[in-house]
Amino acid sequence: MSRLEILKTYKIYIGGKFPRTESGRYYVPEGKGGKPLGNICQSSRKDFRNAVVAARSALGGWATRAAFNRSQILYRIGEMLEGRSAQFEAELQQQGSSASAATKEVQAAIDLCIYYAGWCDKYQQVFSSVNPVSSSHFNFSIYEPVGVVAAIAPEKSSVAGLLGTVLPTIAGGNSCVVLASESKPLCAVTLAEVLATSDLPGGVVNLLTGNREELLPWMIGHMDVNSFVASDLTDEQVANAKAASISNLKRIVISKNDPAKEESPYPILATQEVKTTWHPIESSIAGGGKY
Amino acid sequence: MKISPPDFSKFPPVDQVGIAERAARFQTRSIKTDAKHSGLRTVLKMIDLTTLEGADTPNKVRQLCYKAGHLHDSIPNLPPTAAVCVYPPFVKVAREALGDSSPVKIAAVSTYFPSGQSTRKQKLEETRRAVGDGADEIDMVISRGKFLSGEYDFVFDEIAAVKEACGDARLKVILETGELATLDNVRRASDIAILAGADFIKTSTGKIASAATIPITLVMLLAIRDHFFKTGRMIGMKPAGGISKAKLALHYLVMVKETLGPEWLTNEWFRFGASSLANDVLMQIAKLEDGRYQAAPYFSKD
Repeated sequence: MSRLEILKTYKIYIGGKFPRTESGRYYVPEGKGGKPLGNICQSSRKDFRNAVVAARSALGGWATRAAFNRSQILYRIGEMLEGRSAQFEAELQQQGSSASAATKEVQAAIDLCIYYAGWCDKYQQVFSSVNPVSSSHFNFSIYEPVGVVAAIAPEKSSVAGLLGTVLPTIAGGNSCVVLASESKPLCAVTLAEVLATSDLPGGVVNLLTGNREELLPWMIGHMDVNSFVASDLTDEQVANAKAASISNLKRIVISKNDPAKEESPYPILATQEVKTTWHPIESSIAGGGKY
Repeated sequence: MKISPPDFSKFPPVDQVGIAERAARFQTRSIKTDAKHSGLRTVLKMIDLTTLEGADTPNKVRQLCYKAGHLHDSIPNLPPTAAVCVYPPFVKVAREALGDSSPVKIAAVSTYFPSGQSTRKQKLEETRRAVGDGADEIDMVISRGKFLSGEYDFVFDEIAAVKEACGDARLKVILETGELATLDNVRRASDIAILAGADFIKTSTGKIASAATIPITLVMLLAIRDHFFKTGRMIGMKPAGGISKAKLALHYLVMVKETLGPEWLTNEWFRFGASSLANDVLMQIAKLEDGRYQAAPYFSKD
């Protein structure tokens, strides 16, 4: 008698825990050859709301962490990913990738972790500035995280695209709620298992699976979300996002590049606020001989 | 008038498992749309907006009084809260701020809240002064040390004496259930307070970690119900501390309705002692009206 296969129920990741969707809805995406991939949670607006609460409460601790420590944790994510690369490759192949493409994507994902780990304690030095002003002031601009970020990971790439979306936001001290690819969700949930075991405080990254059309209005409408990040929306969705963002001046970031492939510090800056400070200062030259 | 203490050995024991099961059922109710909307407004009307901090100042109390009548002006027709709850020295300030004809009552905690460790003379003096300053309601604490040592007569007499000192003001008796250890004790303390003349019984001071819970409130509601069946006198209930979410507050209302009946669903007979509950309720009402999930920074803190 042949063995009855168990179809895994993949859970979502909120506040460091793995709940099922509160809605009790699941969908079964098809993988290679029409084979069912697993029971995937179809998250509801309430799951999103709960995730925002978790992200908000995790924000303070994460944003005030030493930049170097954030860097260590991002590096750790890369290490944990490396250790489980075989599982990720297998899942990518289940979802339809060729063996070589799967290997390439996992390697790219690990490289993204290391890349953004490096930037954690460097973007501030590189992009902050001391500004020339016409009075006796020391005037400087520094970057601060914008807050809670809602993000939609690219549909066509399962793990690298998701990490390319999430890593720049958390490297800069934001917390985020990210909706994984609907048709290729397996790696996202496995990635959550990686995040849960890599010193990343619960709630900094919250991972949902489900339908983009359904959740998008809630993501862009939520008053407690400070920024919205995506890369592959339709023109109509972008227009709606921009219109809804007026309610709380949400920053809408639509990347033109593929986050799976982009290695650049600019996605970090996209979810940063610039704070400029004026500090009175005397000029030693204008002060005459008193110095 | 001196009331003689009852026979304390006659107080009924509490079925702990039964209470836990019944309490769990209240929390499985799903309250939506119109019922939710009207429930949330009812909750607002029942809130004793509270500030009981060492750091309280007259201006903080004035601000609280303003908030009690103007919960969130961008939503029209919101009701005021039932009362503001302050320390006795702030009663005068609150009375000045609210005026004499305000629908918002002033509740003062008394009898050396929160510990209650003081002489009876001092407790009565404090109570009389608060009433004289204009308090409509007095929230007293029982002497838990005496209660736990079995000196029920002492606790009974003390409540009766404070009730007398209250005059026309309504008396809420705080049992501080977190310190009473068992549900049997909660029931016994409730019965003592009710028989000694309490107008309201209240769970907690909000100053210790363990505060109001659904099971403890249920035990107290049952004491109120038994007393009502016996004598026809209604007693009010005030859970306080730890109720900060609108959903939980709605579950409390369900419990009150199903245990005592709709007569208790007014702020004359049921209150929430809370500081942050009001804002969560406001956020839920705003969500119902506006369709978007709300954020705390858009609602006034005090």
